[in-house]
Amino acid sequence: MTLELDLRGEVCPYTFVKTKLKMEEMAGGEELTILLDDTEATANVSRSLKSEGHDIVDLKSISRGVWQITAKKAGFQTPRKERDE
Amino acid sequence: MSGSFTDEQIRRYSRQIILPDVGGIGQRKLLGSRVLIIGAGGLGSSAIAYLAAAGVGTLGIIDSDIVEISNLQRQIIHGGNIGLAKSISAESFVRRLNSDVDVVAYQACFSAENARTIVREYDFVIDGSDNFPTHYLINDACVLEKKPCSHGSILRYEGYATTSIPERGPCYRCIFKKIPPPGLIPSCQEAGVFGVLPGIIGTIQASEALKFVLGTGQTLTGRLLCFNALDMTFFEASARKRLDCSICGEYPRIVSIEPENYLEEGRKECRLDPRA
Repeated sequence: MTLELDLRGEVCPYTFVKTKLKMEEMAGGEELTILLDDTEATANVSRSLKSEGHDIVDLKSISRGVWQITAKKAGFQTPRKERDE
Repeated sequence: MSGSFTDEQIRRYSRQIILPDVGGIGQRKLLGSRVLIIGAGGLGSSAIAYLAAAGVGTLGIIDSDIVEISNLQRQIIHGGNIGLAKSISAESFVRRLNSDVDVVAYQACFSAENARTIVREYDFVIDGSDNFPTHYLINDACVLEKKPCSHGSILRYEGYATTSIPERGPCYRCIFKKIPPPGLIPSCQEAGVFGVLPGIIGTIQASEALKFVLGTGQTLTGRLLCFNALDMTFFEASARKRLDCSICGEYPRIVSIEPENYLEEGRKECRLDPRA
């Protein structure tokens, strides 16, 4: 299941602070979709997520001035036993 | 949306939640932690200010002195409070700075009688005391109660800090075996103190408490960090746990707090009114 975080109207650094807090509640491998309406914040959140080891699955503009980042939390998605099979 | 944080907390602590080793998890640890500051003087002032700002949930502050005008050159949290008890003045400073922090103010002398009972209530202790018997009393209470403690001391232009974590490194007595004879080391009152010095050392002690609570970084365990403000130099001496330490060694002689071990010749009894 993909979780969502609407950060439209929010500015740096709170955009990433809120993203980080949300990611902490998630399990490794889970995905989060983040909506942002500020170019700088979109770039910063994307960079900061990468620097904390998470994957950016997708980053796109979904309407004029609105960006959507899909990030996958670092960590195993499936238990080790299944991966090794 | 963001766990148990209010929007105000997210904004207040944003710069530290963003840090790789803190995050919301670390911030929650800080808000749930209890730190005791013994002495709300120069070292205590800066330690109290930064620990409160960081959101340490409970600060115990013990001091029996009254704010005097001669304190204000270095004890930066007591402005406007001349004549007020330092513990109460410190409490009002903390309340103005951060309402997330609960203060337990003890308007009392940290003594052999109350040492263990008070220390027991906290996760980390900051020694901001200004005399040798109290340094040893704090150490002994912390060793016996197995509480980590950051010790600090300052004089003129020099100071040092070290952190003792019971069972993980040397204690204060391992490093400073005996109380120096009275009169050998002058007090701040006699020798003077460069105002920024307690700010620097007290801030180092506060950072030790924060790192311990967060479980990150390296503390000054087994290291004595010395600072000279005139030369602007730091140097470090390493210290080991002594097997023959009288409190944390193999065969400790000190197994309880006995008042007669913490007397200093010529030192007046702790009193509430400095004019008495």
